[in-house]
Amino acid sequence: MKSALNLRNVVVVLVIAGLVLLPVYSALTGKVFILTMFTRIIILALAAASLNLIMGYGGMMSFGHAAYLGIGGYAVGILAFEGTGSGFIQWPVALLASALFALVIGALSLRTRGVYFIMITLAFAQMAYYIASSLSRYGADDGLTIYKRSNFGGVVDLSNRTQFYYVCLACLLGGTYLIWRIVNSRFGLVVQGVRSNEQRMQAIGFNANRYRLVCFVISGTICGLAGALLANNTDFVSPAVMYWTRSGDLMVMVILGGMGTLFGPVIGAIVFLLLEELLSQVTEYWAMIMGPLLLLIVLFARGGIMGLLGRFSRG
Amino acid sequence: MAEPLLRVENLIKRFGGLVATDKLSMEVTPGELHAIIGPNGAGKTTLISQLTGQLVPDSGAIYFAGRDITNLPPYERSRLGLARSFQITSLLRDFTAADNVALAAQAHAGHSYRFWADARKEQPLREAARAALARVGLDKRADVPVSELSHGEQRELELAVALATKPQLLLLDEPMAGLGITESQRMVALLKELRKEVTIVLVEHDMEAVFALADRITVLVYGRVIASGKPDEIRSNEEVKRAYLGDQHAVTSQG
Repeated sequence: MKSALNLRNVVVVLVIAGLVLLPVYSALTGKVFILTMFTRIIILALAAASLNLIMGYGGMMSFGHAAYLGIGGYAVGILAFEGTGSGFIQWPVALLASALFALVIGALSLRTRGVYFIMITLAFAQMAYYIASSLSRYGADDGLTIYKRSNFGGVVDLSNRTQFYYVCLACLLGGTYLIWRIVNSRFGLVVQGVRSNEQRMQAIGFNANRYRLVCFVISGTICGLAGALLANNTDFVSPAVMYWTRSGDLMVMVILGGMGTLFGPVIGAIVFLLLEELLSQVTEYWAMIMGPLLLLIVLFARGGIMGLLGRFSRG
Repeated sequence: MAEPLLRVENLIKRFGGLVATDKLSMEVTPGELHAIIGPNGAGKTTLISQLTGQLVPDSGAIYFAGRDITNLPPYERSRLGLARSFQITSLLRDFTAADNVALAAQAHAGHSYRFWADARKEQPLREAARAALARVGLDKRADVPVSELSHGEQRELELAVALATKPQLLLLDEPMAGLGITESQRMVALLKELRKEVTIVLVEHDMEAVFALADRITVLVYGRVIASGKPDEIRSNEEVKRAYLGDQHAVTSQG
């Protein structure tokens, strides 16, 4: 585990290299489809990585994380609809709105633990879903089409497929780096300590709930960024992005890749979404294969794919 | 007598119909090692939990260093210099021994809303951790995860964690629980060293250890103080003898 050259790290480096070079491959072969598919994968990987921060490192099983995808997306969509096209305004608003939402639902739901926490975060996300469904000015159930992607002046053109891909990838790698710094910082150690033994952390002088709340807000904010990206990717935002099944998908990605590992969620998102893509070509009942597969992972490889890789590299 | 470091006044805690702490009053003077003994179910751990804030008393008051701390949450009491060890070892199992202690030092060295710098590379925290581990003889085991430490080592680590918070008062809840003979002797030797530096409240079943260490002893039965005094006084106290012979009804009917 100590040596840098183990199977885990090799896989991570290969995956990152693959993601960086993907547009080249796409350009050479003329397969545009693969680029758009991976843009979506990268965005959802960022969302999964943010969920992993609270779920894997913080021990907070949020079942409402897709809400931030919607809030970030609606911030972009609504501002675009009202005539504010600048990304320099849209994106900060998306982050701020997500942070505020996280602050409010975090302050309320972090009073509970375990199953109750799962249920209350789910309930809040469903509330957001129904509120979005009732926004008749912004398309209600049908959603809201975004006619122009966020405008960053001359800096970057999001309408360009390749440039947008690299913006998303930069957000994913930047977000992952940020999470890595946080996890190893004073703050990160406290949050992980609270996951491990809350009573002990209180006894040595930490206000456990305050730290959990801050972590919850950071996680929600990062996911809000993923929401802004997702809305730009689809040129569309609808209540469906917040539906509870999407929150479930994010949880599955994290668990599949390996909770509490830095790159687990990225690997998990890639594997999950590729499997979904491949299996849905074979049968429309792809979930019938995905379900048992996930069951096997949870039963026999509790550390997810990252855990498996770690096991092999130790021999 | 000096101003007490810890003063408990008429503390009452009920669990349904059971009175676990019954109008309990006691004082701990600075520098002493004050032992609390009593038969099983006498309410010793309940008392400790109220002192550290894990449990809130139904009535009564707790003063620490002259300040009313009755309604303070545990983390604020820790800030004031009140540390505890747990009867059932309560550590961060997936962290190393050094991490456990360094976190305790971190809690008392500025705030922890620092999100960027690597905390494991903060030398002052690591040194504080090493010093506390050396104190209890665990310096060679610093980088071992808690889950791989022996039970005895975990008990010692509990103590190191408490020490790293630089406490004025150390509340030790059965530090010898589950230790073998040699381990117990090591723990007694360790406590003999520590008592020179810090005021200690010791809850313990091991009578030999208690009488070897304590300056004063308070005896609890059914949540009440039935005797309090020097070890010799306690040894010759009739009520205490009766309580420990199991004839507790005689005691309560008088109390």
